[in-house]
Amino acid sequence: MSGSKTPALEGGRPPGEPRRIGWLYVLPALLVYGAFLLWPLVRGAQFSLYHWDGLGTATWAGLSNYTATWSDPVLRGAFGHLLVLVAFYAVLPCCIAFVLVGAISRTRIRGLTFFRTVLFLPQVVAMVAVAVAWQWVYSADGPVNTVLGWLHALGLPDWRRGWLGDFTFALPAVGLVGTWVGIGLALVLFLAGAQKIPRELYEAARIDGAGPVREFLAVTLPGLRRELAVALTLTTIMAIRNFDLIYMATGGGPGDATKAPAYEVYNRTFNTGEVGLGCAIGVTLAVLAFAATAGIGRLVEGRDA
Amino acid sequence: MSARSERVLNHAILGVFAVIAVFPMIGVVAQALKLPGQVDFSTFGTAWREGHFGTYLRNSVIVTGVTVVLATVLSIMAGYALGTMRFRGAQALFLLFLAGLTIPTETVVVPLYFDLRSVGLDNTYAGLIMPQVAMSVAFGTFWMRAYFRSVPPSLLEAARIDGASSWTTLWRVLVPVGRPAILTMIVLTTMWTWNEFLLPLVIISSDEGLRTAPLGLSFFQGAHKTDYSLLMAGALIIAAPIVIVYVFLQRQFIAGMLSGAIKE
Repeated sequence: MSGSKTPALEGGRPPGEPRRIGWLYVLPALLVYGAFLLWPLVRGAQFSLYHWDGLGTATWAGLSNYTATWSDPVLRGAFGHLLVLVAFYAVLPCCIAFVLVGAISRTRIRGLTFFRTVLFLPQVVAMVAVAVAWQWVYSADGPVNTVLGWLHALGLPDWRRGWLGDFTFALPAVGLVGTWVGIGLALVLFLAGAQKIPRELYEAARIDGAGPVREFLAVTLPGLRRELAVALTLTTIMAIRNFDLIYMATGGGPGDATKAPAYEVYNRTFNTGEVGLGCAIGVTLAVLAFAATAGIGRLVEGRDA
Repeated sequence: MSARSERVLNHAILGVFAVIAVFPMIGVVAQALKLPGQVDFSTFGTAWREGHFGTYLRNSVIVTGVTVVLATVLSIMAGYALGTMRFRGAQALFLLFLAGLTIPTETVVVPLYFDLRSVGLDNTYAGLIMPQVAMSVAFGTFWMRAYFRSVPPSLLEAARIDGASSWTTLWRVLVPVGRPAILTMIVLTTMWTWNEFLLPLVIISSDEGLRTAPLGLSFFQGAHKTDYSLLMAGALIIAAPIVIVYVFLQRQFIAGMLSGAIKE
């Protein structure tokens, strides 16, 4: 997408006088968008102000469904789990990818296209299929327990267990699937960004006698701010919208151990008949997603989003 | 550390993470083929028959195909207007579409279910397709607007001097030139629509014949809880179409997912 602008038209403004015909071009998209995305958003906000079981008559609830997201211990737990999941989905992959790229960016990489293709693969596989694959990885006879069995044979304690059915480890186990998906995204993003950092900066840093760590802090890190913002935003949104994985892998269990807000939207609406509460959680998630998108850009890039 | 050993080490690090990225998938293939041992394709046949994946893949092809065609045409038109024309309210419209990028499916799926049900659109293709067109149009309009803004104004000017209408200019001049940008958008909306799970789970609540491939896998899992080789075969069947497209068009996939988000 390259374009050289003629000086007379500088400023990015397309030529021509105001054209009302523009509305005609936008109208079809706007109608579908309005009817099937914006209107449901409004309706969701409206539903969230009522107590309704989905069948009978609804009664006015005011903001009590929203206060319930804090006062209901299960929901408070679910939002707490979301924080843990953000750490696993977003913070951990970005940290790992950063260290890796810091180590790697000092040299040219051969076969970058191949590595990129493979590392990015988890992004394109349907989450339901990913969930099935990881259920096997974590299963009683799966690879994780097999390796732990070998370690046990070497004299270490026996750490084998059904990971997704364990009250302590189910949530981190689910989180690690998110880490696995996110690392590739962050790594590919950072590698692309690091290739764009002028090599002279590295040479200059080396002439100044900078070691790997100084070089990373002075050259690589500032050069990757934009990519870091994008990676954090995308992976945080993934953590907020993790319904597929939870539904397929644990169903929120054991007990409430892996209940996350995205799952509770569905659970409260269709299993326990609390439609208003489900919608209130949904609206809260939209606010969180919006805040994350706007906030991370501001925080990392220092720009006015 | 010498430059040579550093280079070897770097490639080793990348190699380790590449292995981690594909390991669960290799395990899936091995399980489905019952490796190690005699390679056994019969699991796929069993999964295909018992899971009704033929029907579910067909449904996914229909839903994805119609969604992507509609979303692409609507996005090109809206992006064209917002990217090249000046008219009252254009900026507000753009922000309205932009806001849609962050609306999670989880937020709208419950009201969609009840409202579509009350107009008889639950358990229909239309009930699956239209909400996904709406979600794709939010991204598509944003994406195409960015492309149309990057078109050299001289190109538009030349078309106008030649007497081309705005409609002709769009489809005869700008769309052919913009094929790479359009292809990237198509590839991404195809992937999102194919992989969507929550919406079909809720909207296709009773008509088994309308289940999409991911939804089919979740019911297949319910029926075969611990038969991992059968489950893995099912997972492979539903993931394969997008993975194959990805292998051929990985440049578009990655460019789209990275630069699309980076753009604004």
